[in-house]
Amino acid sequence: MPLIDSGKLVDDAWVRLGDDDALPAADVPVIVSLSRFQKDRATLVGRNGGLGVWLASNQHPKDIADHLADFALVALDFPKFRDGRGFTIARELREHLGYRGVIRATGHTLPDQYLALVRCGVSQVEIPEGRDPALWAHALTEISTAYQVSVAGPLSMARLSRHKKTEHAA
Amino acid sequence: MSPSAAARQIDPPANGLPSHAGIYHYDQVDRDFLKERVEQFRRQVARRLAGELTEDEFKPLRLMNGLYLQLHAYMLRIAVPYGILTSRQVRQFGRIARQYDKGFGHFTTRQNLQFNWIKLVDVPAILDLLAEVDMHAIQTSGNCIRNVTSDQFAGVASDEVVDPRHYAEVLRQWSTLHPEFSFLPRKFKIAITGSSADRAAICIHDVGLIAKRDAEGAVGFEVYVGGGLGRTPFIAKKLRDFLPEDELIAYLEAVLRVYNAYGRRDNIYKARIKILVHELGIDAFRDEVEAEFARMPVAQYRLEPAILDGIRARFAGQPYEALEPISGVLARARLEDQAFNRWVRTNVAAHRQPGYAIATITLKPAGGIPGDVSADQMDAIADLADRYSFGEIRVTHEQNLVLAHVRQDDLPALWTALADIGFGEANSGLITDIIACPGLDYCALANARSIPLAQRISERFADLDRQHDIGELKIKISGCINACGHHHVGHIGILGVDKKGVEAYQLTLGGSAAEVGAIGDILGPALSADETLDAIDAVVGIYLDRRQDGERFLDTLARIGHTPFKDKVYAAH
Repeated sequence: MPLIDSGKLVDDAWVRLGDDDALPAADVPVIVSLSRFQKDRATLVGRNGGLGVWLASNQHPKDIADHLADFALVALDFPKFRDGRGFTIARELREHLGYRGVIRATGHTLPDQYLALVRCGVSQVEIPEGRDPALWAHALTEISTAYQVSVAGPLSMARLSRHKKTEHAA
Repeated sequence: MSPSAAARQIDPPANGLPSHAGIYHYDQVDRDFLKERVEQFRRQVARRLAGELTEDEFKPLRLMNGLYLQLHAYMLRIAVPYGILTSRQVRQFGRIARQYDKGFGHFTTRQNLQFNWIKLVDVPAILDLLAEVDMHAIQTSGNCIRNVTSDQFAGVASDEVVDPRHYAEVLRQWSTLHPEFSFLPRKFKIAITGSSADRAAICIHDVGLIAKRDAEGAVGFEVYVGGGLGRTPFIAKKLRDFLPEDELIAYLEAVLRVYNAYGRRDNIYKARIKILVHELGIDAFRDEVEAEFARMPVAQYRLEPAILDGIRARFAGQPYEALEPISGVLARARLEDQAFNRWVRTNVAAHRQPGYAIATITLKPAGGIPGDVSADQMDAIADLADRYSFGEIRVTHEQNLVLAHVRQDDLPALWTALADIGFGEANSGLITDIIACPGLDYCALANARSIPLAQRISERFADLDRQHDIGELKIKISGCINACGHHHVGHIGILGVDKKGVEAYQLTLGGSAAEVGAIGDILGPALSADETLDAIDAVVGIYLDRRQDGERFLDTLARIGHTPFKDKVYAAH
C-alpha cells in the first residue's frame, strides 16, 4: 500500500505480520495484531526492529494503555470509510494516553478525511493502490480554518471562531 | 438590554445584509472558511462527474453538503442556523428558486429550507450564491452533528430566561467540520431553548439543552439525551440538571465521544444515540460520559466568558422605539375587524419590549402545502421584514415563519399585506397548522403521500369559526416510520404505511412535543385516506361533545381515555 506522511508519499519500512507468519530479521520493524502482541509480547519487545500494533475499529485503546511504551507505531483500521471510530481512538491515544509515536490509518479512508485524521492525531495514512497521492497532499490545504479544539491544535477554545491554519503538531 | 446594545449595529453591514437582524453576523474568517468549503465541494463534484469517486464514496460527502438524491431529482437542504434569516437571504432563496428550482422552496421541521428539483452540476453555483449571503448547506445531512435548532422566539419572548442564540452559535461553530465527529454511527441533532415554554421540542432530540439560571443568576444547562422519533421513538432522558456554562463544550465532547466509540454500527435503525442510551440505561450512560469528562483536559475546552462576549458582539441589537405597552391602534383594529382579531389571538405572541409583538406567519393556507413558499412570496415576505421587523425572518420547527419585532401599531397593516400573498390565515397552533414531511411525492423512503392528505385535512377544516372553536390541536403527518413529520408527538399523529401495496394511514392520539413530551398511542388499524379524513372528523366530534370548560383536546383525551375515540372511529368497521 502506498503510504502518505505529512501529505507526501513515503517509503514504508514496516512489515505487517499475520498471526501465523514467522518473524523477519531482527531489525525489520513489524506491525502485529493485538492478539499476537498479547501472546508473543516477550519475544516481540526483545527485538531490535520497531514494534507496531494494529487495532481493529472495535478494539479499544485501553487494551494497550499499559504497554504503550512498547510501540513505535499504532495502526488503526478503518474497515469502511464511514466507520469513524478511529477518529476517537486516535484522539484518545494522544489526549488521554499521551502517546507520542506514529499513528497510522489503514483500510478504507478518503482524501477528504485526511485533514480530520491529522487533526485527531493520525500521522500516516495507507492509501488504496491506484489513487492519486496528490489528492492527499491537496487535502491538507483545502480548509485553513479550524473552529474547534483538536490534538493537532488549536489547544484552547479562546479563538473559537478565529483560528486560522491548523498546525500539524502530531 | 442596555441602550448601547439595543442600538448596536454590526459595522460594516455583513455583505449588505440588514445590520439590525438578530443573526450572527459573519466576519472575514467565517467568509474565508465558507469560500474554501464551496471550493472543496466543487472539486468533489468534479471528481464524482469524472468517475474518480464512486457514488458510495461521494454519498456521505454530498450529504454533508445537504445534497440528497430523491425520487425524481436531487434535493438541496440549506442550513438556517437556529432558524434566523435576513431579508436579503430570503430574497436569495427566491433567486435560487427561480433560477435552479421550480420557483418555490420548502421550509422544514428543522428550521431549514429545501429545494426539491436541483441538478448536481448546478450545486456549486448555488453554493456560491448562498455564500454571497453568508449561507451554506453544511451538515444539514449525513452522520454528523446537524444544524442546531432553537426557539423561534429566542431573544424576544416574554417568558425567556436565557437567550439561547449565542450558545446555539457556539455550537454551530464548534460542530462545523468537527474532525472527530463527522463519521458518527448516525446523525446527531441538538436543540436548545432558554424559556420555560419549550418551543424547540428539545425532548425529541439526540441532545436537548435548556439554558437556565441558578439562584445567583449564573447560566447553566439542563442536559437531556437520547430523544428521537423514527421507528423506535423515545422521549429524551435527563443527563445533568445544571451543567455550568463554561463546561458546555467539554461535556458535549464527552457525550459525542461515548456515542462515537460505543454507538451501534451494525444496524442503521439501531445506530442513533437513543438506542445506546436505552440499551445501557441512562445511569450507565451517564457514568460513561462522566468518566470521559473527568479524564479530559477540561481547561482546553472551557467556554470562557470572553469567548461568549466575542460571539455576542457579532449579534446586532434592535433599535426599538420607546412605545406605550398597549397600542390604541391595535386595540381599535381588533374591535373593528373580527377576522384580524382572530389572527391576533392565534398568530401574535407577547414580546418583551413594550409596544412590540411577535407575529407568526403560518405557511398553511387552506388546501396549501405545509411549508411551501413561492419565490414571489419570499420576496414579499422579505419586503415586509424590512418594513416591519428590522429585516429579520425566522423559521419555526412547525414549518412557519416569524417576524419577531413588529410594532403593535403595525400589526393591522402587516396582516393585510400577508393576506394579500395568501398567508393571512389565523390558524397558528390550530388543526390546519399541520406539520407534514415531503412524503411519497418526493421521498424515496416514503410509504405513502403526506402532502395531499395535509391539503385535504386543511380543506376539510378550512372553516375558521370551527377551527377556533376546536382550539389547540396539532396534527403531524409522516409518510413513513422515519417520522420526519413528527407524527409520534402529534396530538393527532398520522403515519403513512404500505398496506399490501396500497397507501394507508395509522392514527395515533395523545403525543406532544411540549414541555412534558409524550409519544402518542396507536388508535387502531390503518385506514385509507378517505377514512382518515372521516376519522379525524370523528375524533374532533367526540372531543367537542365531551370537553368540559376550558379543556383542550389533550386535556379531554387524558381525562376520558382513548376508548370513546376508538369506538367512534371504528364503529363502521
